[in-house]
Amino acid sequence: MDAQNTSAIAVDRLVKLYKGVAAVDGISFRLAPGSITGLLGGNGAGKTTTIAMIMGLVTPTSGTVTVLGMQMPKDRYRVLHRMNFESPYVALPMRLTVRQNLSVFAQLYAVADIDERIAGLAADLELTEFLDRATGKLSAGQKTRVSLAKALLNRPEVLLLDEPTASLDPDTADWVRGRLDHYRREQGATVLLASHNMTEVERLCERVIIMKKGRIEDDDTPQRLLDRYGRETLEEVFLDVARGRGEHREAAQ
Amino acid sequence: MIGSDSGLDLSINRVRAMVRRYWYLLRSSSPRVLDLIYWPPVQMLMWGFLQLYVSQNGGPFARASGVFIGAVLLWDILFRGQLGFSISFLEEMYAHNLANLMMSPLRPVEFIAALMIMSVVRLLIGMIPVTLLAILFFGFNLWSLGFALAAFFANLILTSWAIGIFVAGLLLRNGLGAESMAWTIMFLFLPLTCVYYPVTVLPDFLQYVAWALPPTYVFEGMRALLIDHVFRADLMLEAVAFNVVLFAAASLAFLKLLQSARAQGSLLQTGE
Repeated sequence: MDAQNTSAIAVDRLVKLYKGVAAVDGISFRLAPGSITGLLGGNGAGKTTTIAMIMGLVTPTSGTVTVLGMQMPKDRYRVLHRMNFESPYVALPMRLTVRQNLSVFAQLYAVADIDERIAGLAADLELTEFLDRATGKLSAGQKTRVSLAKALLNRPEVLLLDEPTASLDPDTADWVRGRLDHYRREQGATVLLASHNMTEVERLCERVIIMKKGRIEDDDTPQRLLDRYGRETLEEVFLDVARGRGEHREAAQ
Repeated sequence: MIGSDSGLDLSINRVRAMVRRYWYLLRSSSPRVLDLIYWPPVQMLMWGFLQLYVSQNGGPFARASGVFIGAVLLWDILFRGQLGFSISFLEEMYAHNLANLMMSPLRPVEFIAALMIMSVVRLLIGMIPVTLLAILFFGFNLWSLGFALAAFFANLILTSWAIGIFVAGLLLRNGLGAESMAWTIMFLFLPLTCVYYPVTVLPDFLQYVAWALPPTYVFEGMRALLIDHVFRADLMLEAVAFNVVLFAAASLAFLKLLQSARAQGSLLQTGE
């Protein structure tokens, strides 16, 4: 069995050009089933475009993406029911209640026993008291929990998260990270997390891929990155990469 | 690429999910319901009173007092059918929910089927009260047209769906920058489909254009029925034939625009 088929996600020489400009420039990586990986990078690094190509929302210019053995976007309808996605930049309809929103998406994902699943998730994510409230009337933290509930409805084997704790206060963000980690361990799901938040990546991820200008600048465990760059925190590593200090050090060596 | 988007493997459950989503939205907002209901009677009353005035001068309008009212009601089927389709689609863009849907197992064919169903639901909410008011004010009973009404309705709703599908493609490709198309595109059809006057009124070259549009056959058919009391089945069949072509062309355009939206990354940025 080749690596593409044994990986939960396999990205191979992926390129996305917009009007000749590379948003993603020939990246390759493989994610093992059950792993949690952070995709780090500044604004315009290509993180969101990469995730969108993995979800089949954006067509690559060249290269391939394979998810759970299926090629994206060609075979997306054979695999989308086994995946899900959460981002604060994609909202749920504000006028619908939380329960209505979740039940619509549960039906779209062909979730069995919808009422039971929604009740279970609501209890898990502390949403029970908000289930019959309009989604638009919730606080930012509550909305994030609703989006997370939507993302977990179908018990996805592959979960893609685009800055899942952006705009949350530190306490709520920490709570959300705890729930994500719990879900991943319980279900053995593969998680790819795009983030600016180094604390988040340090706490959750066993592997970090650092992107810059559409390319992968580094790819390793958090500890090995810290050792290699001689830094105390991932934030310092990130700044080294963003400002090109890593390249300078490599050149000096 | 089109093949993967056009999969006809339709799930009734996913269509139902989307219809429920729009029904919840409609139910949650009384201004949305009011918006569906108030305008058709305004139009109908205006044209109805104009008809009363014109018919006093004799001519064909004296023989068929319902021509203007029938025309405005059938025009509303065409216009509101498309608007009902497009507004439901726009709701997803306003809600920033499109990416959630596009990354779910929902297929384009299921999305479109749900939008078609909602266009009929919204149309009925708006049209049933106005047809009753037409009976009350002018003694014009649209429902008494029976089978002819069914033929008119089927053809007009098919055209409205075809235009709605095309506009949805434009919105996917161009984001809310194309929003005005959703509100105004049908007015292009208003003079050309001869809603209120016979095709013979148009200059010769425009008559060719008019006869290429399915609603023209419906409005001519309505005049034949109300003025000459003849149901022109031939016109309805021609309308169906043109509708099939229009619907196929709109579906193809939608798939191409969706494909282009995926290539351009427009589905990530659905704003202006």
